[in-house]
Amino acid sequence: MTADGQWLTFLTLLLPFAAAAIAPALTRALHHNAAWVLAIAPALIFLHFSGFVGAISGGETLAGGYAWIPSLSVDFSWFLDGLSVTFALLITGIGTLIVLYAGGYLKGHEHQGRFFSFILMFMGSMLGLVVADSFLTLFVFWELTSITSFLLIGFDHSREASRRAALQALVVTGLGGLSLLAGLLVIWGATDATSMSALLASEGALRDAPLYMAALLLILGGAFTKSAQFPFHFWLPNAMEAPTPVSAYLHSATMVKAGVYLLMRLNPVLGDTAAWETILPIFGGATLIVGTLLAMRQTDLKLMLAYTTVASLGLLVMLTGVGSEKAVEAAVLYLVAHSMFKGALFMVAGLVDHESGTRDITKLGGLRKAMPVTFTAAVLAAASMGGVPLFFGFLAKEEIYAGLGFATGWTTLLTLVALVGNGLMFAIGFAVALKPFIGAKVETPKHAHEGPVLLWLGPLVLGGLGLIAALLSGVSHELVSSPMSTAVLGEPVTVTISTVPHIGMPLALSMVTVALGVLVFVMLGQGRAAMAGVLNAIGWGPDKGFDQVLRGLTRLSFRVTNLIQSGRLDYYMTATFIAVAAALLIPMGLYDEWPAAPTLPRMPFYEWTVLLIGLIGLGAVIYARDRLTAIVSLGIQGFAVALIFMLLGAPDLSFTQFMVETLSVVILALVMTRLRLSPTDHRPTGEKILDVAVAGTCGAALGLMLLRVTQVPFNTELSDFFSQYSRVIAHGRNIVNVILVDFRGTDTLGEIAVVMIAGLAILALVRIRSAKPLTENKEEG
Amino acid sequence: MRTLIFRTVAPYLTSLMVLFSVFVLLRGHNEPGGGFIGGLIAASAFAIYGVACGVSPVRRSLYFHPMAISGFGLLVAAISGWLSVVFNVPFMTGLWIKVSVLGVPVDLSTVLFFDIGVYLVVLGSITSVALALEEREHG
Repeated sequence: MTADGQWLTFLTLLLPFAAAAIAPALTRALHHNAAWVLAIAPALIFLHFSGFVGAISGGETLAGGYAWIPSLSVDFSWFLDGLSVTFALLITGIGTLIVLYAGGYLKGHEHQGRFFSFILMFMGSMLGLVVADSFLTLFVFWELTSITSFLLIGFDHSREASRRAALQALVVTGLGGLSLLAGLLVIWGATDATSMSALLASEGALRDAPLYMAALLLILGGAFTKSAQFPFHFWLPNAMEAPTPVSAYLHSATMVKAGVYLLMRLNPVLGDTAAWETILPIFGGATLIVGTLLAMRQTDLKLMLAYTTVASLGLLVMLTGVGSEKAVEAAVLYLVAHSMFKGALFMVAGLVDHESGTRDITKLGGLRKAMPVTFTAAVLAAASMGGVPLFFGFLAKEEIYAGLGFATGWTTLLTLVALVGNGLMFAIGFAVALKPFIGAKVETPKHAHEGPVLLWLGPLVLGGLGLIAALLSGVSHELVSSPMSTAVLGEPVTVTISTVPHIGMPLALSMVTVALGVLVFVMLGQGRAAMAGVLNAIGWGPDKGFDQVLRGLTRLSFRVTNLIQSGRLDYYMTATFIAVAAALLIPMGLYDEWPAAPTLPRMPFYEWTVLLIGLIGLGAVIYARDRLTAIVSLGIQGFAVALIFMLLGAPDLSFTQFMVETLSVVILALVMTRLRLSPTDHRPTGEKILDVAVAGTCGAALGLMLLRVTQVPFNTELSDFFSQYSRVIAHGRNIVNVILVDFRGTDTLGEIAVVMIAGLAILALVRIRSAKPLTENKEEG
Repeated sequence: MRTLIFRTVAPYLTSLMVLFSVFVLLRGHNEPGGGFIGGLIAASAFAIYGVACGVSPVRRSLYFHPMAISGFGLLVAAISGWLSVVFNVPFMTGLWIKVSVLGVPVDLSTVLFFDIGVYLVVLGSITSVALALEEREHG
């Protein structure tokens, strides 16, 4: 790849974020027409990535990147093969249509600019995720999709339901993100690979690693939460609180596919094992059945579609888990088909809602005359979803049945699961696409008429594509399906299925599916009532469970806080000092590392004098009558220590010690005079004895520790390094300073930031207290 | 603590200490000293001034809010760290340049500016805490 091409790819990855930055200003100037301008960004990216399709279908893979943190060998790198390019094209292609759709859907909304900004940021994150090569790049973008989708789901933040849904999605996918991070670390540890391309090149290394199972489960934890697999599916339907463009984009076409993407990406290295081929089909199959059954229960168009999305994701996971050549091809075809028809159907649902004022399927009917274009788009999309011949979904379904078959009892079971799932999805797809449009005209809250071009363009294009892609199946396989299947399988394959029906088992199963679908479609009312009865009887679901877990967590943390945060400074200090003493003494005792009795060095008289001054200071602290005297006396002891540092040849340390002592005496004195504590010590004798014991133990522990440390042979490696290079590399003779500002400058930068934050916090505390008049009541606050 | 002698001496003492703190800061690379200790000296200078003459003269003479000074210091330190990235070397690599001021050769470096940043952060943060506490005492 040439350097220019690399720059261009890098820029395309940044482009969505740049567009997101200008979106609010642009929307202020152009209002909803800003969509036309903003859609140029994803369209350009789409064009850029389509430029790679030729090379990749020829079997090439392209990689590129930049060193990010070279000293930790962390790169920002990308890797383009059939899988990532197909995803990139879906994300940016559908993204372009969604941006336009959002322009019409949120026309006149006061925060439309913000919305564009969020959705473009999301697009950038998703794009980065699917092209990422290094694990760190992948993880960063993975988390970014969680965060941006949180913003999008909670876009309507004045409603409690959307806040809850946003938080729920963030918690579930965030937990999955942590699991993914752990999984990637395990893979790194097991194979030494830090990038996808390196991992894919390592062949079976991971499969034979002893940590294979841990890596698999952790990765699945990430993928299943993101792709809403049962029992983590509940966040996805709740995410329908978001405006419809978000549902159409994130929760059908893109984000929820991130988990499937990850599984497909890792199939060549993690797959083809008993565990993979058992866990994935079980969870995927369960998700498929549960999703379709729950979809039947719904009357809200968006919720019906949302549950079928859950079901479709289950189907994809199941197929990926089966892992045979045909099954993977089926997964690839279905994924592409699903992105198109589900995006279109969601947009149709939004369009109906936008124009008629309701999304309740029982309150809609007879809209075909008022909204003919929408109706066309809906039927096209539903035909693909139901797998009607001549549509792309048909190809996918044929391949699914060809990939599963009846060879063993296990595949027979999976075939039946797919059959039932597909049949139900057929029914629900057509219910969404037909029920609002056919039959007698029903009065709707708004007088319905066809929406503006911005709104119907997206669904019509996507619905039409489902037909065109299938009719030109040769071209779409050559450019998309075959390269993607090759990438998922890790070996070259060619997808050949075409729209010409070929007599055989798959076609027969397709017929059965359609028959089942029509039956359910006719009896949808009864089915809904039956499902409602069943669900009411169960009365509990993961959604409720989520609330219970959160409530439990809050209660637990409340209890723990009550237990350990008594609000009394003397308790905190006692606990801290006991912990310090224990941390020092217990290891010394366990490993028998007590220091040998030291020999007293010959000290000149002035050193004795300084020592004496220190002791006098300490004595004064203990015998001081009031607190102020005690604080100042503590300063005497500190100065004595500073003098010792000076005498032993550490001027820097001593210098700092002087200043710190001075300032701490000043500040402590200022604080003490403000607190209006009683000037003298009122502790009862028992408490005094305890405090003396704690202080004595802590002091003795530190003393023993220091003795022990000085008795260990001194490792001069670091001191040698610094004294050798301080002058030569860093041009400074004061090693301490050179370490602080040069060798370990990044540490210092962090430390001064902490100093400043601490200063701000103290300032805030002082302000809060001074806002209220101080009373004598110490229990206050 | 507002005795006549203290009040009379404090301004001179403070100026001397601030001057000394700058001296300590600048010699830090080769002799004992540096930004941290320099900042502490300057902070105690302002604390003394505040104890002697009250907080408002200190605030007036500082002109900027001490927290703003601290923030500016952090910015200076961060920028001098990032500057190296512009010159295509890793973050926080020291860059050196020799300039001649009135015929005297002077070594300037990003490291020096980093240290100045440290100085300002320490000075600003501690002064603002000390002043806030003193303010309540006299307020």
